[in-house]
Amino acid sequence: MKIGVPRALAYYAYYPFAKTFFEKLGFEVVVSDETTKEIMDLGVEDAISDACVPIKLFHGHVRNLKDRVDYVLVPRLVRIKKESTFCPKFLGLPDMIACSISDFKNMFEVRVDIPGGRVDLLKLCMKVGRKFKKGFLKTYAAYLKALSSFKNYTYQFLQGGIPPLGIVAQKRSNPIHLAVVGYPYMLYDSYLSLDLIKKLINMGVYVVTPEMLSKKDKQKQAGKLKKTLFWTFSNEVIRSAYYFFENKTVDGVIHVTAFGCGPDFIVDKMMEIDAKKYQMPYLTITLDEQSGQEGLNTRLEAFVDMLKIKKEKKEAVMV
Amino acid sequence: MRKVSFPCMGTSYIPFEKLLKAFGNDVIVPPRPTEETISYGTKYAPEFACYPFKIVLGTYVQVLEKGANTLVSSGGVGPCRAGLYTTLHEKILKDLGYEFEMITLEPPGRHLKDLIESIKKLINVKLSIKDYATIGRFVWKELVLLDKIEKLSHKVRPLEVKKGETTQTYKKCVGMIAKAEKYSELVEIEHESERLFDLIEKKDYNPIKIGIVGEIYVLLEPASNLEIEEMLGDLGVYVERSMFLSGYTISNAVLDLFHIKGDRDAKKMAAPYFKEMCGGHGRESVGNSVIFAKRGFDGVIQLSPFTCIPEIVAKSILPKVCKEHGLGFLSINFDEQTGKEGLRTRLEAFVDLLEAKRERLEYVPTKSKIAKEVS
Repeated sequence: MKIGVPRALAYYAYYPFAKTFFEKLGFEVVVSDETTKEIMDLGVEDAISDACVPIKLFHGHVRNLKDRVDYVLVPRLVRIKKESTFCPKFLGLPDMIACSISDFKNMFEVRVDIPGGRVDLLKLCMKVGRKFKKGFLKTYAAYLKALSSFKNYTYQFLQGGIPPLGIVAQKRSNPIHLAVVGYPYMLYDSYLSLDLIKKLINMGVYVVTPEMLSKKDKQKQAGKLKKTLFWTFSNEVIRSAYYFFENKTVDGVIHVTAFGCGPDFIVDKMMEIDAKKYQMPYLTITLDEQSGQEGLNTRLEAFVDMLKIKKEKKEAVMV
Repeated sequence: MRKVSFPCMGTSYIPFEKLLKAFGNDVIVPPRPTEETISYGTKYAPEFACYPFKIVLGTYVQVLEKGANTLVSSGGVGPCRAGLYTTLHEKILKDLGYEFEMITLEPPGRHLKDLIESIKKLINVKLSIKDYATIGRFVWKELVLLDKIEKLSHKVRPLEVKKGETTQTYKKCVGMIAKAEKYSELVEIEHESERLFDLIEKKDYNPIKIGIVGEIYVLLEPASNLEIEEMLGDLGVYVERSMFLSGYTISNAVLDLFHIKGDRDAKKMAAPYFKEMCGGHGRESVGNSVIFAKRGFDGVIQLSPFTCIPEIVAKSILPKVCKEHGLGFLSINFDEQTGKEGLRTRLEAFVDLLEAKRERLEYVPTKSKIAKEVS
């Protein structure tokens, strides 16, 4: 049996887990093709116009998959931590898909509500296993394997690699260190992000993303906010930003966001105000289905050049 | 002394002002949102902030300029963004150099202690329990009465013979309520306004019925929805809104305290289409549309601010729901650039379509009857 995983949204954050889990259960896992203009156009056709690009892309990837697999996995991410949920669009995703894509019968909806961590995750896996009439032991073994492959994935990030983009390691000796913060589904989709990270690396920049920080470092910043944000991904982003502001491990911060992203207007404004306070160079890049390469190149080059000049001046004073 | 102010939302400023005054605060009544308010809002707010955020920010700037030093607003537990607005408003305004205290009234279900702390800050006179009871009774009555006359005006407006009479009467009644100071006066006003609405000369026909669903702020604040209800009423349409402030207060302040979910019917009706609570009033929008359909309405209009997340989810589900139930569906987004004339054109077209649909439905049975007779 073939199970399809759309290459969008939660894919970039949790794919290794789902892949290993379903493979060990004896499924063939098919991932939709890498984002192209065609997929984007399919998504734009079906999704409602006010939705943000990542949501539109998800529609496109589902269309790309649905006729060649038995089931398309559509996760409904509700909670993975007690403190926060996901963006309402994640919560309503299967409902939206069911209504917007006509003739979509093979949706496999998984409701992920696991505030209790491992125990809840195991329970969820068992439920999925039971649905496909797989035995307890087989499911448990698949769960363990899936967990370790997910750990391996996160470990690669901590080592300075970016596995979804095929980057294994970066040179720490690069003169400019930049933090690129944003949601995984924005940063690691090279079509959507216009290859922003690779462009920076080619300019001689060492790139750090929120996933490359350890959980502990992020958790320490939790107290900085007067009220915890409601969304898991947004908390990751804003906490990493505060970590960079406070520890000055980078020369500047770039925030990558989608046009019309609901939570991000709060996240972005807060970071903008606080970046000023911490005197950290800060750039916001807003992407949508019509972003042009050249505009982005110019902005990135200008930003990196300014940081270089600033650094040279500082060093000149020190000498 | 505390000079308290709060966001403007429909007619809620009348009971809220009295409540805060009774608690011994100086109150600066927020002005009706105007062009000026919105221009302040759009100047200081981020681009993608939803329209209510901008209007409220603009209002805060205006009242702070007038000398307010305390702002009161509601909080929330998410996942709708509105629960974080006070935090961000405070941050933006302090960054601009204003000095004030922000008091957030969180829903009692999860933040009872915070709520009590916040309310304590607002009570600056010594009151006996009896006083509290009197104040509470009066304010609640006022709130309910305001909603009641608004509902009445929606009912009467499409039937009026002389255009504009209902709006005049409505404004007069609101004026009377605003002046009232005692419970007994309110009871009198209730009778009086019923009489006034009765006096309006009415036509006798069955108007097109449209239900309005959507995000609460653009539903309740006429300045943000370009007075859509009045516009529809003038087109001869009976409008019913799914949400009123008194109902909202009950479900979010009273029922929440006992962890009872409000709006049960709407949620049950939405369940087949909308399986998850996703904040705001997205699910209620879907559920209420189903209820409107069951009650024989002709169409539903969904109002939402631009980039409102829960309503975007609802918007992708609503067309299917409305199609299944034979309702006309129109979705309208509001932001600082919505023009009144464009909206009027869309509404006229929508109402025309609904009328045509109704005629067709009434026509079909006779046609089949003729066909039967001929055969």
